[in-house]
Amino acid sequence: MTKAITVSGLHKSFGRTHALDGLDLEVASGEVHGFLGPNGSGKSTTIRVLLGLLRADSGAAQVLGRDPWADAVEVHRRIAYVPGDVTLWRNLSGGEVIDLYGRLRGGLDTRRRADLIERFELDPTKKGRTYSKGNRQKVALVAAFASDVDLLILDEPTSGLDPLMEEVFQRCVEEERDRGRTVLLSSHILSEVEELCDRVSIIRKGRTVESGSLADLRHLTRTSVTAELAGPPNGLSGLPGVHDLDVQGRRVRLQVDTDRLDAVLRSLGEAGVRSLTSTPPTLEELFLRHYQEEAGVR
Amino acid sequence: MTTAAVRARPVRPVRSGGSRQLAGTGTLLRFALRRDRVMIPLWVAVNALMVLSMPNTLKGLYGTASERAGLLRQMETNSSLRAMVGPVFDDSLGALTAWRVGVYAGALAAVMGLLVVVRHTRDEEESGRQELVASGMVGRRASLTAALLAAAVANAVLAVLVAAGLAGQGAAGAAALGLGIAGAGMVFATMAAIVAQLTESARLARGLTAAVLGVAFVLRAAGDSATDDGSSVLTWLSPLGWLENLRPFAGERWWVLPLFAGAVVVQGAVAYGLAGRRDVGMSFLPTRPGPAAGRLGTAGALARRLQRGSVLGWSIGFLLAGVVYGGMTEGAADLVAENDSAREIFRRMGGQAGLTDAFLASMAGMLGLVATLYVVASVLRLHGEETSGRAEPVLAGAVGRLRWAAGHLAVAFGGAVLVMLLAGLGLAAGYGHRAGAVLGACLVQVPAVWVVGGVAVLLYGVVPRAAMAAWGVAGAVLLIGWVGPALDVPRAVLDLSPFGHLPKLPGGEMAWGPVLVLTGLAVALVAAGLAGLRRRDMSAS
Repeated sequence: MTKAITVSGLHKSFGRTHALDGLDLEVASGEVHGFLGPNGSGKSTTIRVLLGLLRADSGAAQVLGRDPWADAVEVHRRIAYVPGDVTLWRNLSGGEVIDLYGRLRGGLDTRRRADLIERFELDPTKKGRTYSKGNRQKVALVAAFASDVDLLILDEPTSGLDPLMEEVFQRCVEEERDRGRTVLLSSHILSEVEELCDRVSIIRKGRTVESGSLADLRHLTRTSVTAELAGPPNGLSGLPGVHDLDVQGRRVRLQVDTDRLDAVLRSLGEAGVRSLTSTPPTLEELFLRHYQEEAGVR
Repeated sequence: MTTAAVRARPVRPVRSGGSRQLAGTGTLLRFALRRDRVMIPLWVAVNALMVLSMPNTLKGLYGTASERAGLLRQMETNSSLRAMVGPVFDDSLGALTAWRVGVYAGALAAVMGLLVVVRHTRDEEESGRQELVASGMVGRRASLTAALLAAAVANAVLAVLVAAGLAGQGAAGAAALGLGIAGAGMVFATMAAIVAQLTESARLARGLTAAVLGVAFVLRAAGDSATDDGSSVLTWLSPLGWLENLRPFAGERWWVLPLFAGAVVVQGAVAYGLAGRRDVGMSFLPTRPGPAAGRLGTAGALARRLQRGSVLGWSIGFLLAGVVYGGMTEGAADLVAENDSAREIFRRMGGQAGLTDAFLASMAGMLGLVATLYVVASVLRLHGEETSGRAEPVLAGAVGRLRWAAGHLAVAFGGAVLVMLLAGLGLAAGYGHRAGAVLGACLVQVPAVWVVGGVAVLLYGVVPRAAMAAWGVAGAVLLIGWVGPALDVPRAVLDLSPFGHLPKLPGGEMAWGPVLVLTGLAVALVAAGLAGLRRRDMSAS
């Protein structure tokens, strides 16, 4: 599989602040890659390095097989970028800005542009200063999705969209994937990431702490199990990988490391199972664990 | 929400809103003064310096009674000169000071007032910052009041400095001049408060108020060219004309002061009335929709589109200024011919040739100096685009940084040629003779303007945090060019300004050497700035 983005050992400091501290990131061609991390963890800095706006202090970055700093223009011809905070020129209309952004990239598919404007319910004749935050984001999103590019870099692109528009956004990302394009999606909306992303990278304090498919990541964490049994449970507390065991008569609640699930189920089966719910860890739990570890370190 | 809040507090009925509407004014005022802690002192200091240095300059120019008598005689007969500086009412040093700088100091105070007010009203709303402020314990009228008070504080300090600094020439006259200058400042501060309610964009609010100030200047000029004692109706229509008719140091007419006060009260009331009838962020002049599709396709086209309004404004201004200066050339030369010291100053500014040539040369030089403000503003658009975050998506397109910068720099440096060309055409048209020579006199300023622009590019490219220092450079160049010749400052200081090296045209010898050296220097500065830009990080936020 070819790589759309390869980053290894990236360092970047602003004065005394180490924004990036040996960050690694790999995004395969054609995948939708979630890029997660708490505020100030270095997501936007990484993206700016990928756009050639910042020069890394050390480490290597390649975007579409090229150096984003040295070959910025060539790289940019094939990527579309949506910043989290879209600022527009107050006296240019949204339509003018969409066309400008499109022409500054590989060009614009006019039919798709019209279709997207309709789906996002955007009025392209309004001037930049009269758009709300969500509408400014729509301007940038329409320009990005209608552009003829290979890679989309989206930095928290939906923070101002309503749930209906969020839905439109997700359909658009899926269409992009179906057309074989690569998407790097930085987001705080975990349901969105869960819905869309093939793989995710979680970063913290400028370093990658987790990277892989959602299934991989889940495998590393705990599953919650709630069961109602026919008889009293036996020997559950002795099993390896069981946490937070809570037995109330015949009701059992516990958490178990996902790779130890087998033994727990066997043990429950011996007691006779009346009902059973088993919930895989949500991304949120995954995420919170990393955030809380961070808090714990302090 | 509002009704609920009112109902929940029956003790405080709606009528008591008067004082609550001003809740938080003190905090906002302190905050405004804190934000303007550099800008206001700078404006006040430059203005006060201009006024307070004048008696000394004038003593050198018109030291003897006969020189002053000659000046008064000239001003009575020379209407074009009266249009520029107004009539003289007395031959004391104080009266001459008020005559020479009063109107200009008033105009400068007006610009300061309008900048302060728009900055703390419409600018805040347009940026969205006002929403957060207004959600606090802040009355509906607090922001506008704080902005006007900030302008009032600035103007009051200026008035005190002028009154104290000139007290030696006569306490009453000094007080009158100080109050008149501050009065003009506050008239335009309240005017800006009205305009800020009308437009949605702060830039437009500043432009419209400045246009009103321009009209006020033209009215006074027209009135003064028609009469020699400021009694024309046109003069009385202009707040700058009131300042003149206050007659500081020449039998002060204190009854003119209430005119300023009245205008401030009426305009303030209108501004509050309008503000009370609109929503936060909204305006009375609606924004028209734009095209649904655009033709802009390159960074250069974008730069031209973004800057075309200001280029147009500067072009019109320079053309008109050229016509006006050209029209008064012969009269001014006559006046100067009567006074040895004035002749000497014009020689220093304009060269050794005939006085008409010297006057033309000094006017061309003056316009060149002002053009540095255009070039700095235009170059710093790059800085504005970068810090606002608007540059980021453009640079994320297939646009090299240098190409992006070049788009704006082409407007900046090409625009400098354009405005000087138009100034030359205006000057030639107003003067009516020797169009080629006059045009050349204006165009020869361009390399010096470019050097200042080059410094701005260098600062922006290499030390972007200090990019705003380019304004300081332009200010220093202006100060040396304007005040330098009159104060007889050492050659070494004059040489610091690129304008000091230009040949004095028309009349003087064309010297290609300095012109080429300055052009080369400008190119080198731009190249160094761009090299820095290419290497450094682009900052967003």
